[in-house]
Amino acid sequence: MARVELVNIRKSFGALKAVHGADAVFEEGSFTTLLGPSGCGKTTILRMISGLESPTSGDIFIGERRINDVPVHKRNLGLVFQNYALFPHRTIGENIAFGLKYRNISPSDMAQKVKDALDIVRLPKVQDRYPSQLSGGQQQRIALARAIVIEPDVLLLDEPLSALDANLREDMRVELKAIQDRIGVTSIFVTHDQSEALAMSDKIIVMSAGRIEQIGTPEEVYNTPATAFVAGFLGASNMLPARVLGRDASHILLETPEFGQTAVALARAAALGTNRGATLSTGDKALLMIRAEKLTLGPAGGDAPQAVVENVDYQGQLARYFLRIGETRLQAINMIDAAPFLAGQTVSLTLNPNACSALPEDTSA
Amino acid sequence: MSDQSLPADRRPWILLSPALVFITALVVVPMAFILVYSFYENIDLAQDVPAFQFGNWQELLTDSYYRTAIWKTLRLSLIVTGLAAVLGYIPAYVIAMTRYRHKWLLLLLLIIPFWISFIIRTLSWIHIFGNQGALNGLLGLLGLTEAPLSIMYTEFTVIVGFIHVFLPYMILNIYVSLEGIDQNLEPAARTLGATPWQAFREVTLPLSLPGLAAGCLLVFVLTGGSYVTPLILGGPSDFLFGNLVYDAVVTELNWPMGATLSFALLLFLGSVVVLYSKLMGMDQLSKAFGR
Repeated sequence: MARVELVNIRKSFGALKAVHGADAVFEEGSFTTLLGPSGCGKTTILRMISGLESPTSGDIFIGERRINDVPVHKRNLGLVFQNYALFPHRTIGENIAFGLKYRNISPSDMAQKVKDALDIVRLPKVQDRYPSQLSGGQQQRIALARAIVIEPDVLLLDEPLSALDANLREDMRVELKAIQDRIGVTSIFVTHDQSEALAMSDKIIVMSAGRIEQIGTPEEVYNTPATAFVAGFLGASNMLPARVLGRDASHILLETPEFGQTAVALARAAALGTNRGATLSTGDKALLMIRAEKLTLGPAGGDAPQAVVENVDYQGQLARYFLRIGETRLQAINMIDAAPFLAGQTVSLTLNPNACSALPEDTSA
Repeated sequence: MSDQSLPADRRPWILLSPALVFITALVVVPMAFILVYSFYENIDLAQDVPAFQFGNWQELLTDSYYRTAIWKTLRLSLIVTGLAAVLGYIPAYVIAMTRYRHKWLLLLLLIIPFWISFIIRTLSWIHIFGNQGALNGLLGLLGLTEAPLSIMYTEFTVIVGFIHVFLPYMILNIYVSLEGIDQNLEPAARTLGATPWQAFREVTLPLSLPGLAAGCLLVFVLTGGSYVTPLILGGPSDFLFGNLVYDAVVTELNWPMGATLSFALLLFLGSVVVLYSKLMGMDQLSKAFGR
């Protein structure tokens, strides 16, 4: 087990820049997720840590050791692939023992370790079968067993749940996290699925277009997104162009045509130093970010802004509303009290300023 | 499968029937004619008497000349197959693993030679290895040799000719099985502690064996059944069993003997195929890919 550190890692494939100068620390025993859309560079980072790609510049440390020039087979890492990558011509037992062969382990110890690994992934009786005789979920558990049996310093997981169907994916997610807790191995998990990232991680690294957008706990990245990209990628949110009217130590005052003046709390974001909104000053253009579930619908009337329901996406205990105020389109996710609001209805909107964020205008788009 | 109704059970046979009709009409029936012909008696050039006698077969089994030919054929086919396997694996591996975007171009390069007649391709070696050929010209020009080396019309040139013509079959067969291997398997083996060579030996090589085995069988059978290459590139003693068939039919006009030899070659190569697939356990290997 060890800590992993990336120092100003860059990677280019010819003219294509896959990763632009990434710095990150993966604490010993932690579960960190690299989250982002496909092509954002998250898998490239994982492959550079594993040694299957080498960085164009920058340093990678595992523990105290700089491993840039250490070949893959000497890094002592466990890597789990999206498509399992089990050896089809070997039995399950042989697959799991594969990495042990290169580690001077006596045959009896090897048999014991294989058995223990199969117990950990709760598939004790499949040793003599071939991978093609197991289901996808079982194959992925074997791949996990094969990766952890060598007692790796770091466990790398490259979208391991993406190939599984939805129900199985949630079960495996819980199980994977439980196994990681139990063996306590430093884990780096790559996914494009925000709910996996939020549910499993100690820390999330959100990436976009080869850059790290934000690093934080699941609550931090969800509640105080640092950029418009993070706010848009995690959860459903509304982003309204706004102007900064003023600020004090704890709040920033934004004005939007739809909601008038809104005082957004800065304290937590500023303290973390992650919220780039903290650098906004009076007169700047900004974005007011409102989470869809923090925008509450009420009966029409009163002082609150009035919106028209354009569409309703009924989801049982929840409803997702597509709203329009003038030319601005918004979405809201509300619990359904008695009956959902209907399309065509006029409603009043309330927002909780404490659940809003101020973001710098999105310059990347 | 067994619990399906009868009409469904017949369907494979109905679907196979066009092929079966063609194979019967164009292969099985002519082969039967050849078998019948092998019992005829040849009394003079191109003069055959219908008969049922084992004279031709007896000659085949007793005359050591034919045994020598079988031995030569077996030996040369094994050499060509072995060399083609080694020489073919490398380009197949490179084409399968390359990240080069225009992979189809590399494959096209393998196919292009098929557009030129096989005879022309074989003859071209005379211009390379002959006394006035490119190689001797170059050696003379560099002053490395006094007189031209006699390379042509030896077993060496026959082997070169065979490999030249049959190598693409080997490469394509190996390529197809390499292409089917999950590209993550070697990296997976590497992260588990295998060196690049160990990862290749433990994962890629065994998984490509079906293609290698198929390529070897194809090259072996193609070599064992040919006669043109030794005819063009070989010396008087570089003959294969196929050349005996050619001599009997074309030169001696002894069709019954030619028929006997043809059938004997068919039996020989056929038994190699059967024995080979038993030994290699091809069905065993294919199980590993059963998905």
